[in-house]
Amino acid sequence: MSKAVSALQGASYQGYVTVEELGLRGMITLRGDLASAKLKSAVKVAAGVAVPKQRKVSLDGDVGVAWMSPDELLVMVPYEGVEGAIASIDKTLKGQHYLAVNVSDARAVFELRGDAAAEVIAKLCPVDMAPGQFGPGDFRRSRMAQVPAAFWMVDETTIRIVCFRSVADYVFKLLKDAAEPGGEVGHFG
Amino acid sequence: MLILECPCCGVVGEETEFAGGGEAHLKRFGPGSSEENFHDYLFAKENPKGVHFERWRHANGCGKWFHAARNTVTLEVYGTYSAQTYEPPQEIKDKVSAKVPGWSWREFA
Repeated sequence: MSKAVSALQGASYQGYVTVEELGLRGMITLRGDLASAKLKSAVKVAAGVAVPKQRKVSLDGDVGVAWMSPDELLVMVPYEGVEGAIASIDKTLKGQHYLAVNVSDARAVFELRGDAAAEVIAKLCPVDMAPGQFGPGDFRRSRMAQVPAAFWMVDETTIRIVCFRSVADYVFKLLKDAAEPGGEVGHFG
Repeated sequence: MLILECPCCGVVGEETEFAGGGEAHLKRFGPGSSEENFHDYLFAKENPKGVHFERWRHANGCGKWFHAARNTVTLEVYGTYSAQTYEPPQEIKDKVSAKVPGWSWREFA
């Protein structure tokens, strides 16, 4: 099999916020009844974290589970661990009404690092990024300029973004432009 | 610019995060219906100046459909509610009545 590469192969940019493509990340779309005990235990077994509450993300280092919609989760595991995680979900949820599919190669993941990370997002998304409104553990699906994107705050200075692979280059250029030195707004202090 | 709250995921977002889906509470006339009913179902839509009920989809978000009651003149949004209903809930109707006494929209008032 050919060697898998991420959309931008780890491209990075040093502006007043650092923008970096995180390379290959394992991602599983899991749909089903989020309230069911079986699904909760499947997530716990596959990712080791609990099912997050509405618009939240449960994180444990690079592993995590994000709340995508009332019936959808995004399970994030190491790229090499995806097949195993799906197998374990399939095993736990056998006979249930659910869907677990590997979307790792259909997505690109970016990370913003810097005190003004939230400001870069605020320039691109119609989301209130003020401190207190969006904090660590919060997850949001929205629009980034012209394309859909989702992001979550790891800590006050680190935000991760996931978008479709086909628009990875567009999103990287957007983030670079928003993080360009001289473009500081400073609205959030 | 409309500010809508998605009843499915609780996000309060602005218009560009959503996609309008046309008039709400349509009664479908399919195969076997009269031509007149089918014509009206396809083409005869409400275009009110004032209170209006619409379907919206949280396109750049959770992806779910919902209903919204709003005013086409003031752009005020009276409220959003579940897509799984045949008529606006009483609570939404009350909110509209408080602002626009005597309103009516199709068979609702």
